[in-house]
Amino acid sequence: MSKKVLMKGNEVIAEAAIQAGCKAFFGYPITPQNEIPEYMSAHIERRNGIFVQAESEVAAINMCYGAAATGARVMTSSSSPGMALKQEGISYMSGADLPVLMVNVSRCGPGLGGILPAQGDYFMATRGGGNGDYRTPVFAPAYIQECSDLVFHSFDIAEKYRTPVMILLDGMLGQMMEPVEIRPTPPIEADKSWVVDGNTDKRPPNIVNSLSLLGDVLEQQNLIRFEKYAEIERTECMVENTVKDGDEIAVVAYGVPARIVSNAIEELSAEGIRAGLIRPITLWPFPYDVFQNLPASVKHVLVAELSMGQMVEDVKLGVNGKYPVHFYGRCGGMVFDPSEIADKVREIIKGHTPAEPVPRNGKPSDRCTKHTKGGAQ
Amino acid sequence: MAAKVIYEKSRGLKDNPLTYCPGCSHGTIHKLVAESLVELDVLERTIAVAPVGCSVLAYNYFNCDGIQAAHGRAPAVATGIKRVCPDKIVFAYQGDGDLASIGTAEIIHAAHRGENFTVIFVNNAIYGMTGGQMAPTTLINQKTTTSPYGRFEETTGKPLLVSEMLATIPGAAYIERVSVHDHAHILKAKRAIKKAFEYQVEGKGFCMVEVLAACPIGWNVLPVDSMKFVRDQMMPYYPLGVYKDRANIGGKGGAL
Amino acid sequence: MVFSGFGGQGILVLGEVVATIAMKKGKHVTWIPSYGAEMRGGTANCAVIISDRVIGSPMVQSDIDILCAMNKPSVDKFLPKVKDGGLVLVNSSIVKDDFSAICEKVNVLEIDATNIAVEIGNPRVANMVMLAGFIKKTGLFTLENITEVLYERFGGARSKDLIPLNVKAIERGLE
Repeated sequence: MSKKVLMKGNEVIAEAAIQAGCKAFFGYPITPQNEIPEYMSAHIERRNGIFVQAESEVAAINMCYGAAATGARVMTSSSSPGMALKQEGISYMSGADLPVLMVNVSRCGPGLGGILPAQGDYFMATRGGGNGDYRTPVFAPAYIQECSDLVFHSFDIAEKYRTPVMILLDGMLGQMMEPVEIRPTPPIEADKSWVVDGNTDKRPPNIVNSLSLLGDVLEQQNLIRFEKYAEIERTECMVENTVKDGDEIAVVAYGVPARIVSNAIEELSAEGIRAGLIRPITLWPFPYDVFQNLPASVKHVLVAELSMGQMVEDVKLGVNGKYPVHFYGRCGGMVFDPSEIADKVREIIKGHTPAEPVPRNGKPSDRCTKHTKGGAQ
Repeated sequence: MAAKVIYEKSRGLKDNPLTYCPGCSHGTIHKLVAESLVELDVLERTIAVAPVGCSVLAYNYFNCDGIQAAHGRAPAVATGIKRVCPDKIVFAYQGDGDLASIGTAEIIHAAHRGENFTVIFVNNAIYGMTGGQMAPTTLINQKTTTSPYGRFEETTGKPLLVSEMLATIPGAAYIERVSVHDHAHILKAKRAIKKAFEYQVEGKGFCMVEVLAACPIGWNVLPVDSMKFVRDQMMPYYPLGVYKDRANIGGKGGAL
Repeated sequence: MVFSGFGGQGILVLGEVVATIAMKKGKHVTWIPSYGAEMRGGTANCAVIISDRVIGSPMVQSDIDILCAMNKPSVDKFLPKVKDGGLVLVNSSIVKDDFSAICEKVNVLEIDATNIAVEIGNPRVANMVMLAGFIKKTGLFTLENITEVLYERFGGARSKDLIPLNVKAIERGLE
């Protein structure tokens, strides 16, 4: 018998976090991530953890800041507009080198937008909406098993490098169920000599702080932090790459949309069009190197996102002019289906579609592809 | 003849020089907090939360673990710490711009949840650190750098009465307003601050002591005159006294 | 496959039961509900994919193999997306459409689910009556498979007593 259970993505993330030793969860209601705080409220306190429904997302991330400073494994979750509010705390935690796991079950925007799935938070997640020089490791699962596995991994990365870490998914993955086996891994042994947990009878007082008024001191702190980021870029990048010799086109997508792309690739292979999938699992660090090491057969790169085009900018940095980079996106909660991606690939292969940049003389550009088919929902 | 020590700096304070302005009340209030922690024998298990404001560097002065919080968020940060470390003593040391303006949601809900920590609220009727701008607590007609013709009630409201407001929240255990403008009041303030920590040790819940304080530089007056300003201008509008004391209304959980 | 009906007809649970049985048989499975604005519109639906291979898109946007429609709006919305030769299970207690015109293209099984459920004592087990259609038409699983999942999923103290009624509903549906 399989040990697998059928669970919702949001609930899997909460259960995996508890099993990973999450000591405290601070959150605030927002759709479509509510199953995470709901699950936490029902389960974490019975397993010696803390649940607080904060007065706002701003308060929730600052509660994380305090709790993380004591050395505890802490977590918060939210959805797009709520993550926007948390940026203050994310910047502070980066500046104070505090570990935290943040889960963004994203929705469509801007503004209040809607609750349907979208990937318009790529910039906010990978570039940071908070102030100052910092980076945030971002993991983008596409399967519910991956949601679970990445929770354990994310906590370890957060503690190993003393940094906020984000898991970015969309409402589809949060709401859907798949068989999953929660596979706990023992937490890494992290240095905790810096914590403020009120034990100054045993050691000198510690200070957790992101204030640094002297320019040379702050510059030095930032340089040290960026050595840490360089180490993450060297060692923590994750990508699924199915592009093989003979493939004419590499299609880049992350999260559930990558699964839709894989259906399109299958559809195309039936008619002899060979395409491969590149699925970044870490959005930062982004797998730039992949695009310099593609088989010689590759002639085009297509990026498919549920946004107006955000990750495409990273792909262009990776491609660095080597291939034409094309884009297909839906937004507002509309989800492309495999045939839309397949049609786009056919267009590109036949040479009918110019690669970006396209002339923008008042006509719809490639970026604003006219849609004839509605997505589901 | 051996020298006899009759007064020394509290060991609750580090041996760092204070960077506060001449005549500022923060030094006095720091001393009262440090003495209380030592007298209650909790200094070694105390965590101080210093948010943005003149007291942002307080972690350099208190001789215990310290954490600096974002502007207004000290009660949220303190909540995170205290929930994970319930046997530790946690206090937030907030100014009036911090607590009464940008951090109103955080302070109200910390009180509302009955968080078992202590807040020292330093009310000097002005934003000191940023250069003397108008605060919600600035008095009517008081001139600041953003109310250069004086504070007008018509457009900026009346000064916010924080202790009165928080006393209405069922989760609050102890709320008192004190002043440190003269020796008698400093002694009373000390008793209030110590009590606010005692209540935390006993697990009574949310405690806040509002301390009327002087900012001679921000107010553009001499230190001696700043003490008179507290007594003659602030105290009539901000009456001293106990606004809530759970000891007088039953134990923890007692309704207002 | 797509399960669709009014909110409260137990349509999401129905999909979950089918997905769980398939999972227990070692299949790859996805279950995805409609969420958001549609929930407030009174209709609910979920898409279930069962496969021997890793599942790509969890969305069922066209080419539906099996449609389980418990109300009229569900038929209107999803029937055009059922692929040729597909199976359509319809709650004929509520849906009075004439399907004779499309019987050439798809296989329609009309089940008097709500009426049977009312007969045995609770209209809320109409979803289980629909399951009988699955057993009859697909051979994907048995009554025993369903019973096992029901006890695992709803074996708690509060809901346990309702399971026999649910099983009875399936049995009546099979008759």
